[in-house]
Amino acid sequence: MSVEYKISFPHMGNYYIPIATFVKNTLNAKICLPPKITKKTLELGTKHSPDFVCVPFKYNLGNYIEALENGANVLIQAGGGCRFGYYSEVQEEILRNLGYNFKFFNITSRTFKPLLYYKMFKEINPMLTIKNFLYSFYLIYKQIAVLDKFEDYIRENIGFQINDGDFKRLEKKFHDELITIEKIKDLKSISIKYTKLLKEVPINKPNDCLRVGIVGEIYVLMEPFSSCFLEEELAKKGIEVKRYINISYLLFSKEHKKTNTLKLAKPYLQYNIGADGVDSVAHSKVLAKKGFDGIIHIKPFGCTPEINCMPILEKISEDYKIPILYFSFDSQTSETGVKTRLEAFHDMLLMRKEKNKKWKELT
Amino acid sequence: MERAYLGIDVGSISTKGVVINDSNNILAEKYLWTEGNPIQAVKNLLNELKTQLNDNIKVKAVGTTGSARKLVGTILNAQAIKNEITAHAIGTTSLYPYVKTILEIGGQDSKIIIMDDGIVVDYAMNTLCAAGTGSFLSSQAKRLGIEVDEFGTYALKSSSPTKIAARCTVFAESDLVHKAQIGHKKEDIVAGLCKAVVNNYLNNVGKGKKIRVPIVFQGGVSKNIGVTKAFEESIGEKVIVDEHGHLMGCLGIAILARDSKCEQDFDFNIKDMKFETKGYECEKCSNNCEIIKVYRNEELIDYWGNKCDNGAQ
Repeated sequence: MSVEYKISFPHMGNYYIPIATFVKNTLNAKICLPPKITKKTLELGTKHSPDFVCVPFKYNLGNYIEALENGANVLIQAGGGCRFGYYSEVQEEILRNLGYNFKFFNITSRTFKPLLYYKMFKEINPMLTIKNFLYSFYLIYKQIAVLDKFEDYIRENIGFQINDGDFKRLEKKFHDELITIEKIKDLKSISIKYTKLLKEVPINKPNDCLRVGIVGEIYVLMEPFSSCFLEEELAKKGIEVKRYINISYLLFSKEHKKTNTLKLAKPYLQYNIGADGVDSVAHSKVLAKKGFDGIIHIKPFGCTPEINCMPILEKISEDYKIPILYFSFDSQTSETGVKTRLEAFHDMLLMRKEKNKKWKELT
Repeated sequence: MERAYLGIDVGSISTKGVVINDSNNILAEKYLWTEGNPIQAVKNLLNELKTQLNDNIKVKAVGTTGSARKLVGTILNAQAIKNEITAHAIGTTSLYPYVKTILEIGGQDSKIIIMDDGIVVDYAMNTLCAAGTGSFLSSQAKRLGIEVDEFGTYALKSSSPTKIAARCTVFAESDLVHKAQIGHKKEDIVAGLCKAVVNNYLNNVGKGKKIRVPIVFQGGVSKNIGVTKAFEESIGEKVIVDEHGHLMGCLGIAILARDSKCEQDFDFNIKDMKFETKGYECEKCSNNCEIIKVYRNEELIDYWGNKCDNGAQ
């Protein structure tokens, strides 16, 4: 008798949508989404994690525990070029020690080989054909692109919406539809429909609004809960937010190739500094050159690659006279502390802008 | 009638207030302990300030800053509620227009503000750890049996400060006990602590920041002459400590309240009203947000802390 598979994976932003669609279209199995991340998730994860591990580990583990409690029996994890590379082994061990029964799959993003995954997926769904797998693969790739494009637009404009909540409501509808697609055709029509709807949301955006770029470690960048909803806080102050890092960028873009980012990061870097540290340097330089008003660098407490890039960011800040604010997030981060620092950062950007304006008028 | 503006800075350890007029002159000032009860502290503060003012003076706008700025601002119906970094910068430049670096060590936070032409161009604030702030010093003073106000003069007596490992408050304390047990003199230990506070500050908060003159040192710890001396030795430049250094935050917020141009007559009798806060966990979803409700004479005036609409009242 075969067991019914219930597949689960950790949350990161809204990427549960493409992953769920992909799993549904290829594995012929049920999906058991972990509940949305809340304080409880983090508490659960923290309780069973080593204290000094970086905070994404704790969130992931919390997600797994909540999913297992809801009946999941297949867990998926990825890996990367830093401590992230050890996540899956350690998490599997911790969960087994807690007495849970499950299958564990590790998909490593650094060696991105679709055919290898095909073999893995076939283990769960023997009926899976290579054609179907590749089609689903293409679909998820496109779906992520649509999702990221939608979010980019929101990030740039949500601070200027005229009616509170317009963008959030539209985003919710968009997600509900996006998760149901099966064919490229469906995706295309959703993409066209929502691009149009997005443009129709009334905004009042001044030409010289404050613009802030966010760089740093990928998990805290992409999971808003883990950064105390930093982007939302900025938007509330009427700031346009730019973020280069998203899944489309990390998995599919050519710019992310090390040779390219290193070229962008010149003259500040000549060698790789681990994980996505080079991207942080490269993007900070790009943001500075584009005349952004400020940069915020965020990382989990103890994230070595991002610590490596901080002295270089300080140099960029000095060379381009652009202020950079640094945050480290952990399971102990005080939200009030983050808000105070953001408020001061906003005041500072406003004062600088005001001064520059006066200076320009004089000269 | 003279127009005046009230600025209140409610910090973790102390509550400060000033009343200023249109030309930034201080008409009344008071510094007292918060003692974990910001509402009572502000009531006492208002009482003290009122006795210093003559009837001719009318307070037209109120500003609040410090960690209890929101609570106190709500209660007083403040025109300006701002973070302490901005408030300190504004307050300091009103007295020292050419200041380039502001070093600030308060009860639980420490910050560095870099100024250029009277505006903030960069700042940093301690994030993960409070080692080397005022509460650390005051608890160590207690341990050594010295009054915190005498701490600085005690440090000056020393000619060879003891090395104290002050990266972490708890370990600093064990190191301090250890050094005392093996026979280091008390004044050397005190001087060593002052040095350790300064090194910790420069290595953490001040890391990577260009410290340029004029340098102003303020916040509660600036009253400790031992720490000021240690700063001067370490930076190699003169460090200015203003006699009103502890009032810069409330001075700044009073100026911001005045510049807000929103005016409303302020009634000092607010100190006799009954204010109450109730804190509870929402429990409507697993975020369990801690929501705070503020009541004036039993009537709900504001609430905060909810992450989603479930917690809205």
